[in-house]
Amino acid sequence: MTKFIFKRLLEAIPTLLVLITVSFFLMRFAPGNPFSSERSLPPKVKANIEAKYGLDKPVIEQYFNYLKHLVQGDLGPSFKYKDYSVNELVAQALPVSAKIGATAFVLAVFFGVSLGTLAALKQNTWLDYFLMSGAMVGVVIPSFVLAPVLVLIFSIGLKWLPAGGWNGGAVQFMVLPVIGMMMHYISSIARIMRGSMIEVMGSNFIRTARAKGLSMSYIVIHHALRPAILPVVSYLGPAFVGIITGSVVIETIFGLPGIGQLFVNGALNRDYSMVLGLTILVGALTITFNAIVDILYAVIDPKIRY
Amino acid sequence: MKLLDVKDLEVQFATPEGSVVAVNKLNFSLDKGQTLGIVGESGSGKSQTAFALMGLLAKNGTISGSAKFEGQEVLNLPEKQLNNIRAEQIAMIFQDPMTSLNPYMKVGTQLMEVLIKHKGMSKQDAFNHSVRMLDAVKMPEAHKRMAMYPHEFSGGMRQRVMIAMALLCQPKLLIADEPTTALDVTVQAQIMSLLNELKDDFGTSIIMITHDLGVVAGICDSVLVMYAGRTMEYGSVRDIFYRPTHPYTQGLLKAIPRLDTEGEILPTIPGNPPNLLRLPVGCPFQQRCEFVTEQCQQSAPALAEFEAGRQRACFNPPAAIATVSGSEA
Amino acid sequence: MFVTKEKRQAIESAAENLEIEGRSLWQDARRRFFRNKAAMVSLIILTCITLLVIIGPHLSEYAFDDTDWSAMHVAPSIETGHYFGTDSLGRDLFVRTLMGGQISLMVGLLGAVVAMLIGTLYGATSGFLGGRVDQLMMRLLEILYSFPFMFFVILLVTFFGRNILLIFLAIGAVSWLDMARIVRGQTLSLKRKEFIEAAHVCGVSKWKIITRHIVPNVLGIVVVYATLLVPSMILFESFLSFLGLGVQEPMTSWGALLNEGSQSMEIALWQLLFPAGFMVTTLFCFNFVGDGLRDALDPKDR
Repeated sequence: MTKFIFKRLLEAIPTLLVLITVSFFLMRFAPGNPFSSERSLPPKVKANIEAKYGLDKPVIEQYFNYLKHLVQGDLGPSFKYKDYSVNELVAQALPVSAKIGATAFVLAVFFGVSLGTLAALKQNTWLDYFLMSGAMVGVVIPSFVLAPVLVLIFSIGLKWLPAGGWNGGAVQFMVLPVIGMMMHYISSIARIMRGSMIEVMGSNFIRTARAKGLSMSYIVIHHALRPAILPVVSYLGPAFVGIITGSVVIETIFGLPGIGQLFVNGALNRDYSMVLGLTILVGALTITFNAIVDILYAVIDPKIRY
Repeated sequence: MKLLDVKDLEVQFATPEGSVVAVNKLNFSLDKGQTLGIVGESGSGKSQTAFALMGLLAKNGTISGSAKFEGQEVLNLPEKQLNNIRAEQIAMIFQDPMTSLNPYMKVGTQLMEVLIKHKGMSKQDAFNHSVRMLDAVKMPEAHKRMAMYPHEFSGGMRQRVMIAMALLCQPKLLIADEPTTALDVTVQAQIMSLLNELKDDFGTSIIMITHDLGVVAGICDSVLVMYAGRTMEYGSVRDIFYRPTHPYTQGLLKAIPRLDTEGEILPTIPGNPPNLLRLPVGCPFQQRCEFVTEQCQQSAPALAEFEAGRQRACFNPPAAIATVSGSEA
Repeated sequence: MFVTKEKRQAIESAAENLEIEGRSLWQDARRRFFRNKAAMVSLIILTCITLLVIIGPHLSEYAFDDTDWSAMHVAPSIETGHYFGTDSLGRDLFVRTLMGGQISLMVGLLGAVVAMLIGTLYGATSGFLGGRVDQLMMRLLEILYSFPFMFFVILLVTFFGRNILLIFLAIGAVSWLDMARIVRGQTLSLKRKEFIEAAHVCGVSKWKIITRHIVPNVLGIVVVYATLLVPSMILFESFLSFLGLGVQEPMTSWGALLNEGSQSMEIALWQLLFPAGFMVTTLFCFNFVGDGLRDALDPKDR
C-alpha cells in the first residue's frame, strides 16, 4: 500500500512538469510581452525593466531559472503589482478561496451522497421524483446564473444576507457564495449516487445480506455504501477542478478577494507571471488531489491490486 | 406438525406488458430433517418460490396463499419479523457464489455479522464460532481465510463460505437455490456431499432447488417437478425416478447424460419453456408434449393424487417408464 | 469535460452493441428517441430558438450595436419596439440577446466540431496503430485529463489576446479528450472484426481501411457524442464571456449579457432575466435531448 501511494505520487511529477513547461513556453512565444501594451516606453527604461525580470536572457535560461525558483516555492514577481511578488498576493488570497471551496466541496459531497442515497432507497416515490427534478435543475443552471438570482432573492429582495464582500470570512458572507458554488455538484453527486445505489441494491450480495436477516439500515450502511460510493469517488477529481474553476466566477460575482479574482484580474491586466503562477499552482493542486483520489479509491475497493 | 406447510402459494409480477404469474397454486409440505427437491427448467418459478418464502421477491412481486413454518405464517410478514426468521429459522444459499458474497467486505466480517446480529455474540466469540463453522464446511486454513476478501477465493470455496454462513445460526430449514450450477463438475460433487453430511450433522431440513435431476437423486426424500409455475408431478424420490408418469418428468429424466449409453444421441425435450406472458390455453406443456390430446389444448389438467403420496397434473399420462436408473437399483 | 461520465459510459456500451446488431440498432434507437416526449419537445424548442436567433435580429428596427442615449435602461414594451428593454447604453436587448445567442450557439457548434475532429483523429490513430504508440498516446491523454482546463484557456486568452476564433479553437482543443477515448475504444474493437481482417487479407491499403471501414463505423457514435458536447461548449464560452475574457464589445454572447445583467439587476432586472431565460432553456433542452439520446442508445433502465 505504501508503495502504491509513493508510486502514485511520483507519477504526478512528470504531469506537473508538462504543465509547467507548456504554460511557460506559451507565455514566452506569445506575441509581444507584458509591457508592450504600456505606452511606448523609452528603450532604456524598457531594457531596464526587461533586465529586472530577466527577460533579456535566452528563453531556455529563463525557463530553468523559473524552474529553480519554483522548486523553492517562489512564483516570481508580479508584472502588474510591481511592489509585490506573486507569492505575497497568493498568500493573501489562498485562504479565502480555500475556505469557500473546501466548505462547498465538503457540503456538496455530504449532501449529494445523502440525498442520492435517499432518492435511491425511495425509488419511484414522490420524494425520488422531487429530489431528482431538483437535481436536474441544479445540474443545468450554471453558477453564473444561479449566483445573481440568489443575490436578487436573498440580498436585494429579502435582505437576509449580504450581496458580497468577505469581511474576514464571517458566516453570513459565506452562505451565498458557497450555495452558488455547490448546487451543481450536490446535484451531480446526488444523480451519480442514486444511480449507483440503485444498481448496488439490486445486486446479488445485497439479496444475500437480506437473507441473513440484517436490517435495511444496517445493509445500506455496511454493505451498500462502500461499493455505491465508488463512482462518486471517481467524480471527486472533476468536481474538485469544477469547484476551483467555479471559484473564478463566484469570487467575481461576490467580490471576494480570492485566487479566482486574482486570476481574472491577472488575465485582464495581462499580468503574465501571475497567470502563469496561478495556473501552475492550481495544476499542482489538481494533480495532487487526483493522486489522493486514486489512493482513496484503492483503499475503498479491495479488488484494486497495487 | 409439519416443519413447513405451503398452501396455494401464488407469486405474481407486475410488468409493463401485464401481470405474470410466476408461481401458480403451489402446494407442498416438508417434515423435520427431510429434503425436498424442486426441479424445473429456468423460468419455471422454482427460485421465485424460494424468494417468496424468504420475503426476497423483487418490488413488483406480490404473494398470495399461505406458508406455515412450524405453524407460523411466514408469507407477507413485515420486514422486522422476517429478519427474526431469516438466518435463525430459515437460511438460504444462492446460485451464484461469485456474486452472492459482498466483494467489498472481508469474508470473516460477513460471517460474524450474522452471529452478532442474531445471537448477540461478542466480536471474539463470533470470530471463533465462524472459524469453527468454516472448519465444518472443510475450509482449509479457516483462521487465515477470515481476513480475506471473496475475490481471493475460488468458486467452490465461496460456496462453502455461503453454506457456512447459512448454517451459523443452525436454522431448521435451509433453502439451496441451485447451489452447484455455477461450479465445476468435480466441485459440484464435493458441495453436494458436504450438504448431505451437514444435513445429518445439523439435523437441517433442505429445500433443494435445481434443474438437475441428478442432484436430486442423491440427497432428496421427495421431489416436486415444476413447469411454467405449476406442479407437474410430486412424490417420493424413488417414485419420481424409477416410475415417472408425467411426460415432462420422463423427458427430463431421459435428458440426463449417461455414461453407459455411448454413441447415442442424447434425447432432449423439443422446444423452449413457454413465455409466461403468453401461456397457451390449457396445459402449459402441450406444445412440447408427445402425448398431447385435444383436451390438453382446452383446459389445464388439475393436480390430483393418483396413488398414495403421489400427485400429477396430466390428462393423458403415459405408462410409467422404467428408467435406466431403475434397472440399476 | 462537462459531459457526465454516465453519458460517456452509456455511449460506449451502446457502441459495443452496435457492432453486433448493425444497422437495426440505429433504427431501434431512432424509434425510441422519437417516442421520448421530453426529448422531442426539447428538440422542437431548440429548433425554434435557433431560427429565432438567426431571423430575429432582422425583424427588429434596431441593430445590436445602436446606442441610444435617450433610452437607457428602458423597460420591455411592445410599443417602443424594445421587446426585451434596453441596456445601460440604450442598446436594444432583444436584438442583443438574439445576437448573443448566435455567438453562443456558433461557438457551441464550432467548438464541438473542433473537438470532434481532433478527438477522432487522435483516437483513431491511437487505436489503429496500437502497441507502444497507443500506450504513449493514452498516457498523454491521462495527463491532460488532470489539467484544470479553464485556467489553461484563460492562460491562452491572456497571452494571445481575446479573439473569438481563438476562443472556440481553444475550447474545442481542450474538449476532445472524451471523444478521443471513445473513438479509440471503437477502433480497437473494430480492428479485430472479421470484415477488417478480410480487407487486410484482400490487400486493401491501411489508409483505405481507415477511411472506408473504420471511419464510417465510428461516425455515428462520434456525431451523437458531438451533440452532447454542444451544451458544454456553450457553457464554456459563457463562462469566459461572463468574466470579460470572451467575446469583445460591442459583439456579445449570453455569458457577456449575463455579466452586464447581474451588475445592473437592481435597476434593470430584464437585463438579467431575458438572457438567463434563453440560456437556461437552451441548456435544459440540450440536456433532455442528451438524456433522450442516451436512453435511446442504451435502453437499460436507470
